[in-house]
Amino acid sequence: MGSPIECANLRKTYDGKVEAVRGLSLRIEAGECFGLLGPNGAGKTTTIEILEGLLAPTSGEVRIFGHTWAEHPRQLREWIGISLQETRLSEKLSVRETIELFASFYSEPRPSSAVLEELELTEKADAWAGKLSGGQKQRLAVATALVGNPRILFLDEPTTGLDPQSRRQLWEIVRAFQKKGGTVLLTTHYMDEAERLCDRLAIVDHGQIIAEGTPSDLIDRLGGHHVVEFEVSNNVSNNAAGNSNGQGQGQRMDLWRALPSVESVRNEDGTICLNVREPHLAIPALLEALNRQGQQLEHLSTRQASLEDVFVKLTGRHLREN
Amino acid sequence: MATETPMPIPVPVPVPKTPNVDGQPPVPSVPTRRNGRWSGYTHLLWARTLELKREPEIIFWVFVFPLLLAFGLGIAFRNKPASATSVAVVQSAGAAKTLALLQASSDKRSSAHSSIQATILDREAALKGFHFGKFDLVVEPNPDGSVTYDYDPSRPESVLSRSEIDTALQAAAGRKDALATSNKISSEPGSRYIDFLIPGLLGMNLMNSGMWGVGFALVEMRQRKLLKRFIATPMRRTDFLLALTTSRLVLMVIEVALLLGFGVLVFHMPMLGSIVSVILLGTLGAVAFGGVGLLTACRAQKIETVSGLINLVMMPMWIFSGVFFSYQHFPAKAQPFIKALPLTALNDALRATILEGASLHSQSLRLLILALWGGVSFILALRWFRWT
Repeated sequence: MGSPIECANLRKTYDGKVEAVRGLSLRIEAGECFGLLGPNGAGKTTTIEILEGLLAPTSGEVRIFGHTWAEHPRQLREWIGISLQETRLSEKLSVRETIELFASFYSEPRPSSAVLEELELTEKADAWAGKLSGGQKQRLAVATALVGNPRILFLDEPTTGLDPQSRRQLWEIVRAFQKKGGTVLLTTHYMDEAERLCDRLAIVDHGQIIAEGTPSDLIDRLGGHHVVEFEVSNNVSNNAAGNSNGQGQGQRMDLWRALPSVESVRNEDGTICLNVREPHLAIPALLEALNRQGQQLEHLSTRQASLEDVFVKLTGRHLREN
Repeated sequence: MATETPMPIPVPVPVPKTPNVDGQPPVPSVPTRRNGRWSGYTHLLWARTLELKREPEIIFWVFVFPLLLAFGLGIAFRNKPASATSVAVVQSAGAAKTLALLQASSDKRSSAHSSIQATILDREAALKGFHFGKFDLVVEPNPDGSVTYDYDPSRPESVLSRSEIDTALQAAAGRKDALATSNKISSEPGSRYIDFLIPGLLGMNLMNSGMWGVGFALVEMRQRKLLKRFIATPMRRTDFLLALTTSRLVLMVIEVALLLGFGVLVFHMPMLGSIVSVILLGTLGAVAFGGVGLLTACRAQKIETVSGLINLVMMPMWIFSGVFFSYQHFPAKAQPFIKALPLTALNDALRATILEGASLHSQSLRLLILALWGGVSFILALRWFRWT
């Protein structure tokens, strides 16, 4: 028996021009929660829809539990549950009716009442789907995915646009499914979601995987788990350096990189971000260096490194910008 | 694409091995029921019926609107003595005399015949009134005692009026009828306009609600990505399309009962055929137009697009298929094409059954036409259908 999800060299070209997915390979193990993390337009949705058998790849192969979509479409559909990025379910059917409808498509569905309870929708069971809040709608969407008793759950941006409480509620649902032995594949552009929920993840950009591993692995690759951010006042530094701006900046970046325990440096609109292994070594050295140069410190903060830092380091861009 | 053969699965149900959590059972949870072959279809049909029931607009357009239309048209074209012939006499030396002759003739005529209303006007005003349809005819007495008729041969009432006025004037001037004739009035229920109209409205309503009920609903679901969500499940695609089409049948029975009941109760329309035949015809009509609606909507992505397409498909049938007036008015060469339209076949069959008590057997050609439209559309729709 194969892995729950496996694909090799997936490519998808739209209209012979736009390359949405460019040679993507994945293998997701049973019981894993795997995340595809990337900015909008990175090819996450195209990838997940190919894996779900909703889109045919231009080339490459997909196997679900070792079977291809072409051979056993109906059986594979019995094994997976899907929440699409954007589905507006029938507004004039109640929550229970909607779940019952989806249950009717599967040969061995779960009882609707159990699903209602699990997703905390029991109180809303008789409300029309059109009257639900955003978080309730999303839970209903996941309920329609879970009612078929799936082995794999596919979630495409399950928490986009939800309030923090609804997001946490959904994370709990995903964890509960995983705890029962289910496999999860989700896409997200929220790094906190990826960090908290995913056992492993792949960072996707321009239709390719640019990094893959556990969240802490990926952060380790930055070299430092801590980020020190600071700003210096410009006037003073310009006078002190007495150089043209660009050159001076380049020199100063080298200076920061040379500080003890600093792994990498980047400049974000005047804020210098240092990836640091040991803040207690780097910060005193930084202060001393600034002092020596006669530069005025305007702001200094430290935080844990996040996947955002990984993404920025890999692509030079932020996740949320296009 | 659309047809998946039920697959005998050679593979065992995969049981993913649990990685490391609490020794939980590998399969998420134990199912408590098994669904049968038609579970998806019946649930889809039920869901669709619930949605229709909860949509007030549908109740109005499908049930109330046709009744209003029938009532309005029934009143407007109710049987009454042919309306008065309205003529203008051009102001001239002989005008007063002509008017007197016309009025004398009008008084003598029986009440079943149209009366003549004549007005003396100057030439310009008379012609203007004629052009705006106020008068059917302009009578211009000439100085030599003769009369000139100004009429429009393309306006039936104008032609009729010319003939009536001429007869009246000739009679008043002393012409004797060479042949003795007598009239019998024949406006029994069954041959009136309202009797012609109700089966036509029924046919049109079946077309409208079939096209909108299936076509529009489908594109809306496509736009909502609901179709995509459905095919992400093991739902059988043919079940879905079948449920959508057959959900129309529930409405059809109500539509037929309402319109026929209305015609019989309010306008005393005769109902010569059996109600079973009418329901069977309605079923065939509803399914045929459901198929055409499915085909119309098989690829459209937006509601705006499909609205235009549906109107485009229905427009020729509104005009040619004899809903409001007989298609015999169209040229003989066009008749075979008109008769091949599904709505023409449905309307003709409904009229023959309701008004003449014809058997379904005698309507087999029309039934065949309907079945072909429905069947071919359904097959083409399945082939071209886009779920996403």
